[in-house]
Amino acid sequence: MSKANLLDRRAVVSQLLRDRKGAIAVGGLGASTYDIAAAGDHDRNLYLWGGMGGAVMIGLGLALAQPTLPVIVITGDGEMLMGMGSLATVGLQQPKNLSIIVLDNEAYGETGGQASHTGATADLVGVASACGIKDSKAISTMAEVEAFASSLQDVTAGPRFASAKIDATNLERVLSSRDGTYTVNRIRGSLGHTPI
Amino acid sequence: MHARADTAASWPEEIFSILQRFDVRQVPYVPDAGHSELIERVLGSPSMRGIALTTEEEGVALLAGAWAGGQRGVLLMQSSGVGNCINMLSLTQIFRFPFLTLVTMRGEWGEFNPWQVPMGSSTPAVFELSGIKVLRASQPEEVREVVEAGAAQAYNACTPTAVLLSQRLIGAKVFTK
Repeated sequence: MSKANLLDRRAVVSQLLRDRKGAIAVGGLGASTYDIAAAGDHDRNLYLWGGMGGAVMIGLGLALAQPTLPVIVITGDGEMLMGMGSLATVGLQQPKNLSIIVLDNEAYGETGGQASHTGATADLVGVASACGIKDSKAISTMAEVEAFASSLQDVTAGPRFASAKIDATNLERVLSSRDGTYTVNRIRGSLGHTPI
Repeated sequence: MHARADTAASWPEEIFSILQRFDVRQVPYVPDAGHSELIERVLGSPSMRGIALTTEEEGVALLAGAWAGGQRGVLLMQSSGVGNCINMLSLTQIFRFPFLTLVTMRGEWGEFNPWQVPMGSSTPAVFELSGIKVLRASQPEEVREVVEAGAAQAYNACTPTAVLLSQRLIGAKVFTK
């Protein structure tokens, strides 16, 4: 079951957000949201606790609304598999400021570790690439994570997609706010939008 | 092939002006015959972005992201797509964002295709159970005021709203060999 040289998910996300500047981060339902919370709360974090399959589309809506800001969607393989069509929609729209990274543990960690399609046959990098996201790659080292973190600041060269194979160990949950209205309005506030 | 009612002012054009007036910027849609004229107008508009989806639930999530980023949007779909959205409609309550969808109805008023009837029949109840207010326009002359009211309550009061555009308004799809 355990494979050698898999990346540590918390280290990956921490590196991605370390020098984020104005970037907006969307965390997919499940462990990805805990990873973003573990990297530190931020008024431009959008934590998802539901809406499985919607993370990339929420990122796309944000990216189109804020074309000068980097938007990064950090999600898991199960969440990405449920919204695979959204990669085709991103491929069609070509948002230059949107980056997507899948933390791929080849399992549904939140529900008991059942095997996902990516451990056997499904290749999400191939899917993203075939959907027209030209900059799609597999990442397997922290140096590549660092390079991806720098590249996401370039809002003229996206969309980009990466999949990082990560260790499947379930880590201690770091719980973010579960209040969606609070987190979404906090992002809006940070962008200068007032409440209704 | 749609038999359309003959009207002086085109109701899709009226909808387009209302969306412009409310500063709607993102218009996700799944291609639909009833919405085809409106979709054409949106795709030709410099201020709106038409976003073709692979499935309707993508549009609900997209509009949540648009709201987070400070833009308004509207989801265009037909009644059969409403069922595809159910879990994602949770976002309208969780984020309390101004959700507006315009739904062309199938499965009623002289429908030829029985496969459209089940989802068409449950569409209003699905919305209501999901916490979305339902308005309906069945005559060309009432489209403007119904869509205007829907847009106003969605955008001004953050009240998630679906406007159903009856098959009677659009015309039953004609199937010929």
